[in-house]
Amino acid sequence: MNNLLEIKNLYIEGFYEERWHPIVRDISLDLKRGEVLGLIGESGAGKSTIGLAAMGYARQGCRLTSGSINLEGIELFDATEEDLRLVRGSKIAYVAQSAAASFNPSHRVIKQYAEAPVHHGLMNYKEAEKEGIEIYRRLFLPTPEKIGYRYPHELSGGQLQRAMVAMAMSCKPDIIVFDEPTTALDVTTQIEVLAAVKEITEKMNKAALYITHDLAVVAQVAHRIMVLRNGRLVEEGETRALIKKPKEKYTRELLNVRALREEKSITDRMDVILDIKDVAATYTGVETVLEDIDLILRRGRTVALVGESGSGKSTLAKVITGLLPAIHGSITFLGKELPSELKKRKKEDLRKMQMIYQMPDTALNPKQTVRKVIGRPLQFYFGIRGQKAEDRIKDLLRKIELDPDIYIDRLTTELSGGEKQRICIARALAAEPDLIICDEVTSALDQLVAEGILDLLQDLQNKTNMSYLFITHDLATVKAIADKIVIMLEGKIIEQGEKKEILAPPHHEYTDKLLASVPEMDPDWLDNLLDERASTFI
Amino acid sequence: MFLWKIAIMMKRDSFMKSVLILILKRWGASLITIFIISVIIFIGVELLPGDVAQTVLGQSATPETVEAFRKELKLDLPPHIRYGTWLNDFVHGNFGNSLANGRPVSELIGWRFANTLFLALSTAMIAIPLAVLLGMLAAFYRNTLFDKLISGTTLSFISFPEFFVAYILISLLSVKFNIFPSLAIIDKDMGFFSKIYAILLPSLTLTCVVTAHMMRQTRAAIINVLASAYIEMAEIKGIKRLRIIVHHAFPNSLSPVINVIAINLAYLIVGVVIVEVVFVYPGLGQLLVDSVAKRDLPVVQASGLIFSIAYIFLNLLADILSMLSNPKLRQTQI
Amino acid sequence: MLKLLRQSPLSARIGMGIVLLNCLVAVFAPLIVPYGETSVVGDVWESSSVKFYLGTDHLGRDLFTRMVYGGRNTIALAFITTALSFLAGSFLGFIAAVKGAWTDQLISRAIDIIMAFPTLIFALMILSVVGSSIPTLIFTIALLDSTRVYRLSRAVAMDIEVMEFVEAARLRGEGIWWIMRHEILPNAMPPLVAEFGLRFCFVFLFIASLSFLGLGLQPPLADWGGMVKENAGAITFGIYIPLIPAGAIAFLTVGVNLIVDWFLHLSSGLHE
Repeated sequence: MNNLLEIKNLYIEGFYEERWHPIVRDISLDLKRGEVLGLIGESGAGKSTIGLAAMGYARQGCRLTSGSINLEGIELFDATEEDLRLVRGSKIAYVAQSAAASFNPSHRVIKQYAEAPVHHGLMNYKEAEKEGIEIYRRLFLPTPEKIGYRYPHELSGGQLQRAMVAMAMSCKPDIIVFDEPTTALDVTTQIEVLAAVKEITEKMNKAALYITHDLAVVAQVAHRIMVLRNGRLVEEGETRALIKKPKEKYTRELLNVRALREEKSITDRMDVILDIKDVAATYTGVETVLEDIDLILRRGRTVALVGESGSGKSTLAKVITGLLPAIHGSITFLGKELPSELKKRKKEDLRKMQMIYQMPDTALNPKQTVRKVIGRPLQFYFGIRGQKAEDRIKDLLRKIELDPDIYIDRLTTELSGGEKQRICIARALAAEPDLIICDEVTSALDQLVAEGILDLLQDLQNKTNMSYLFITHDLATVKAIADKIVIMLEGKIIEQGEKKEILAPPHHEYTDKLLASVPEMDPDWLDNLLDERASTFI
Repeated sequence: MFLWKIAIMMKRDSFMKSVLILILKRWGASLITIFIISVIIFIGVELLPGDVAQTVLGQSATPETVEAFRKELKLDLPPHIRYGTWLNDFVHGNFGNSLANGRPVSELIGWRFANTLFLALSTAMIAIPLAVLLGMLAAFYRNTLFDKLISGTTLSFISFPEFFVAYILISLLSVKFNIFPSLAIIDKDMGFFSKIYAILLPSLTLTCVVTAHMMRQTRAAIINVLASAYIEMAEIKGIKRLRIIVHHAFPNSLSPVINVIAINLAYLIVGVVIVEVVFVYPGLGQLLVDSVAKRDLPVVQASGLIFSIAYIFLNLLADILSMLSNPKLRQTQI
Repeated sequence: MLKLLRQSPLSARIGMGIVLLNCLVAVFAPLIVPYGETSVVGDVWESSSVKFYLGTDHLGRDLFTRMVYGGRNTIALAFITTALSFLAGSFLGFIAAVKGAWTDQLISRAIDIIMAFPTLIFALMILSVVGSSIPTLIFTIALLDSTRVYRLSRAVAMDIEVMEFVEAARLRGEGIWWIMRHEILPNAMPPLVAEFGLRFCFVFLFIASLSFLGLGLQPPLADWGGMVKENAGAITFGIYIPLIPAGAIAFLTVGVNLIVDWFLHLSSGLHE
């Protein structure tokens, strides 16, 4: 038999809203030795469920309904728990999205590495330990002889993720299921993990299912790609062919979102909306988390504030809004210097600076209706009530492309993620602001939905001439909408300038690394990058 | 002594030192709390409306008795000095004299305190392992008949007042079948086993109530741990269920379970007072209740303070154990 | 709401039945009873008959009458106390969560001190100083109980407070009262309602325990805990009269707990 894994006509159901719903419908796939199959789709596509089903595992609240899962001649669909247990870990292993949660906090990393081989009876602890160190070395973990003897919380996110990849390799399984292994990581860390994945699939010749929502990432590692949507297969094909010539519209949409937008004409005469001078801030009173921040934002323009986690970009938003008073420097907004504390600012100044958040789920009160969410700023800032408010709310809903009659009386919990984010935009618009601070507004949304939000924001800016301060870690978004780019690292601005200047060499060293780490829709990109880095290190 | 041992144990390691500092901080906080409590108890008596002596002794008291009473309470001195002497006396085991019968409070309390400790400790020794075991079993076999049965029973027991449980046990085990005495009368000359026999029924009552509370929360704590991603990971690695429970779930449950035990020791303290009254057991709780009824303030002050101190120390102990069993704190850097 | 009731499991329905029965009896007590609350109408510890449904107590009063009035007194007292403790506890808890900083520190440390006492001991000490009367009982128990309510509502409010919709309200310039009333309270309701049930049980048992110890409601007022105490001697003669009020206490608390369990199950989102 040629195929290591053959899944035929698999149906899976999930239990919610008091009954069983199909979540995976009629999925068939096969995997040969040494082959990497990418499963791609947005949230709700059922890709993780399929990945776990390949191990005969269904999460709590899910059940495998019908079909067949054949792993090296063993049928897993109706296998006993004991048979499944013997297969799991030894023949097929799993790498989860969050390594931090998937490692037991009570045991040293290498002990957890050795657990599967020792308990599957493959080797004793000493041998497993030795092999563990070897594999840590192959996956480029620093000090491989020592790192395994630490506890999980003593490793960084990227290290832990690689340690989990190593753990999956411990029984030398034939197949590894990677379930979004890089999603929780920063772009520069993502490279390390992708390199580890490459090492295993290419040099060690393991078969793998690679699950992700990011087409550019999967293009680097997969030979074939399956595009999924709502538990169904959309399209399947060889990686290069699929990227070059997608057959289905949905795949084309997924591919297209990264297209660059037109440049806007730049004039320095546009008035300055926000002028930040020499700002510093601290949480503890001892260490400063922001230092020497200088930033100018003009009317009708979008400044993108870019950095990885811990760079201080969200902290800067807190300082600008006054939630975290600056200990130093000045913030001038519309020609007036703002008091550093939120409490001391005037209502009118608050109105002119609005904010949109990353998680639309938590940014809207779940007990309020759309009417109340949008109506409150109208009443609070302008004293508009009754029929006038009603008209204004409907007007705003039309602006964000939602049908007023359908949405005005909905509770915020009855909306989808994209709709919620639109309501957040409407809430900001209701105040008729001059500046909107957008804090990672698209990173919690699916790709196509995010695209819609960016379009809307762009559109609104063209109509109203508002300014945006756009905080993000996603360089694709930046390329799409920014006029000016500010790059932050460890609480400092290391480079800023017009988009064209920043994106064109020469870069600051870190900017270079950051830009180079963003996966491109080119299957050779990772190989080239790793070759290049290897040669510079030698 | 206990702390000293920990101190020696930890001297080797700088990381452990920070744990030691944490413990010392908790220790210090407990001492401060005890101090504040003693002040509150003292002031409480001060706040007695009107003239304390007159109020307590009633309108019929002669001026001589009132005067004697005032002296007894040292009401003729300024408050902070009285507090100082009171605290100093307390620390040296001199709790003043009972207003009801003029005997030294320490004499009344000493033996009864030992009795209460005896009852509480023997209950704790049965209840804690039983509750943890039942809680773990119910969590591992959750939603089975066994779990539902246990959960239903414990829900009833936490809804019952202690004295209801006590009277049911009495009417069954001592009135109907005459196995145990309905009153837990013990004296100083009794042997260990006859003492055990005498306190079986009160201890059983307390065990029912305390176990029910503790078991429910243990179950919840362990279910919480079982829902973690690393348990799913262990399952996916093909590890046997028993090993997952012992090796992955148990170490991480230790800290929350110890917390649960600590929280529920409060029920033990409240329960002990009521159970002592039901079974006319000569313990500190019964003495406290009697003295409250008689408004015998020195006795109330002393026994209340003793109960509070015991409670605070139990909490402190639980805190330290829970801290030491928390994997993130227990671990050392290599 | 009606739909929710129709979907409720059997256990919750039993609980609601029990609570409803108790409430009705408490409200219509004077219409139900055959005798006066304190009138002596028969011999000591008479057994049940057509004349005395449940027999008579240790003074020869009709036990059924005493039970009905006892329920009325105990339930009313417990309800008022719980309501008071809830008002105080959740109000302070919300303020501490929203204001933070030193306000939170101040209230929290004060609450810590009260909680460092075992509740019953604290209550006994207060009662020994000021004596037992209905207002002292209510205030003492409400004070003790509000510490638990405070802890919970502070924790719940803190969880809500970190949500971005609260930050959005702050950035809009809303005042603390508006935030508490419109952003936090509606979201804190489900856990607080469940907690109200639990606290009611606790207060109810606590009052019963105090009365049992002779420090709660004072005779000749009837209350269930006190009735257990008064008739405790009967049990050694094989007369199970004390079990009746004690059982009634257990009955009502089980009922409330059944509803609370269902409610917790609902609000935790587990629908297995």
